[in-house]
Amino acid sequence: MTREILNIENLFVEYSNIRGKVKAVRGVNLKLYKGENLALIGESGSGKTTLGTAIIRLLPSSGYIKDGRIVYKGNGNEYDISKFSEKELRQFRWKEIAMVFQSALNSFNPVLKVWDQIYDTARAHGISNRNFVKERAISLLRYVQLDPERVINSYPHELSGGMRQRVLIAMSLLLEPKILILDEPTTALDILTQRNIIELLRTIKADMGLSMIFISHDLSLAAELADRVAVMYAGAIVELGSVEDIFYRPKHPYTLGLIKAVPTVTAGFRELYSIPGSPPDLINLTPGCKFAPRCEYKNSVCEKDEPMLVEVGQDHFVACFRHKEIGNGR
Amino acid sequence: MEDRAIIQLDHVSKSFTVRSGIFGGRKNMQVIGDLSLSIGRGEVLCLVGESGCGKTTTGKLIVGLIKPTSGRILFEGKDIWSMNNEEFKDYRKAVQIIHQDPYSSLNPVHRIYNILSAPLFRHGLVRNRSEAEEKVLDLLDRVDLTPPGDFIYKYPHQLSGGQRQRVAIARSLTLNPKFIVADEAVSMLDVSIRLSIIELLRRLKEEMNVTFLFITHDLAMAKYFGWEGRIAVMYLGRIVEIGPTPRVIENPLHPYTKALLMAIPEADPQVTRNKTPMKLRSLDIPSLLNLPPGCSFNPRCPFWIEGTCDKEVPDMYEPENDHYVSCFLFRGK
Repeated sequence: MTREILNIENLFVEYSNIRGKVKAVRGVNLKLYKGENLALIGESGSGKTTLGTAIIRLLPSSGYIKDGRIVYKGNGNEYDISKFSEKELRQFRWKEIAMVFQSALNSFNPVLKVWDQIYDTARAHGISNRNFVKERAISLLRYVQLDPERVINSYPHELSGGMRQRVLIAMSLLLEPKILILDEPTTALDILTQRNIIELLRTIKADMGLSMIFISHDLSLAAELADRVAVMYAGAIVELGSVEDIFYRPKHPYTLGLIKAVPTVTAGFRELYSIPGSPPDLINLTPGCKFAPRCEYKNSVCEKDEPMLVEVGQDHFVACFRHKEIGNGR
Repeated sequence: MEDRAIIQLDHVSKSFTVRSGIFGGRKNMQVIGDLSLSIGRGEVLCLVGESGCGKTTTGKLIVGLIKPTSGRILFEGKDIWSMNNEEFKDYRKAVQIIHQDPYSSLNPVHRIYNILSAPLFRHGLVRNRSEAEEKVLDLLDRVDLTPPGDFIYKYPHQLSGGQRQRVAIARSLTLNPKFIVADEAVSMLDVSIRLSIIELLRRLKEEMNVTFLFITHDLAMAKYFGWEGRIAVMYLGRIVEIGPTPRVIENPLHPYTKALLMAIPEADPQVTRNKTPMKLRSLDIPSLLNLPPGCSFNPRCPFWIEGTCDKEVPDMYEPENDHYVSCFLFRGK
């Protein structure tokens, strides 16, 4: 049951720009189990999208994997994705791991009809049987509750935001991937559409049993869909645990701060607290815990050494020297 | 009309002309339809709705950036579009707007000093550079950009998103406004920054007794910021429900408000996983170019009454004190 399908080992990703090297992902260790929903939560610049794109090796040209391995376990074998050639990647992407990118409109070529994009995708991955692709596309579009005949002959701008997101999800399932990575799948969608996408993702998970990684700044998406949550800050995972542990028993001051900073609508009125300061510059990182400058629990040790992830409960890990003092829940 | 009101909208509608395609004809798109609203002095009114519902247009109409197609907008009882120059200048000083995107609302080639001192000079509130500097330092201090001396000669690109939004807020305060429209003022900011900006707005409201129109798509933020005020829910250019914030959140009346509250994902696994969303008749929002007859929510509404909701536009009913709803389910209640 709890067999791992992906194992990220000590991963470092950097971007080079004029000012220097941006250390976007710093020493991430993370496992993904078969059939689970893992949420990567963090703010802009926390490295969550970089981590996601590194997994399928679609980093922008200025980015590169500095160190570490990304081990994919499938078909009874182990593959290190970080060592794949372009040709191997083409065989691998979409078939084993597919990704749905943020901002549904920009993921489409505006001058191609939906059908042409679907067929192009299939051909790029070695399937050129037109009828087969068409049948599969139609059944998938119907599966995501779209009218296939209409959608397939539409240009992207003729579809609403929610419809485009559903088309992208359908396309990502075209080659039956084992892992689906979704970057901000509900951001910028209206509330009623968000709910619809969440329900759709639930159905997909139940029907197809694949593993999903959600990348989001939105805690409520994790609360809805995640089995486990990894909280990222300044390129590292600062807390990792079950969705209940993260939301009801957070042990990292940053996680606690995030949860206390988000208002809820129907859960009664509660006082909120904001986290002072702002995230660090990823080029000139200071020694010690990267959250220390904003942390009310910090002491002199926090400013010298960077804490490692330690297990504080069953499958609950936290990178904080002072985790014993962090409040029990809210 | 009550004299406490600082801003009133009197049957305001706004249409834009759009062209459909290169060779297509011109079409009329009604963005705001027959909107009447009264905002009391010192009040917080949250205007919530989804994208394209007309909430930003409403904000722009109130600050006089665009003219209504019909109807009147009154500031302290006077129609802003029939004011004389002197009155209009006073109104412009008194009513300010904070835009959504702090990355595009500040001129990138101007230093913070220039951004904040320009309106001061323009309206003759300062006479020379040293007075302006003093005033700008004071403004920066008020929005917690401390020490202000570190910020005054910076360019916007040297600041983070949260700091930029603080500058935008400082700019809205330069002329001691009575009324501020905050249009999605925190939506672009990170979660950990968002709340500190909200707290800042709250504090300014207390200190300066400013009236706020808080425009947002985020019901949770509206609830938090406007708990002591009112919420107005907009759908396709009309207000469908308006009332005291706790009442609208705890006892929503309009099917659309109910649908939103039942659907909204929340940052609490137990709460959010136990939601049972309302089954809507259609997922798609009608186009503003082709609004359905009658109540504009009727094609999606599970409670629609055939022959009524798709024929007539419902009036505003008041089934409980100060809590208004535009829905036939409440006719005669």
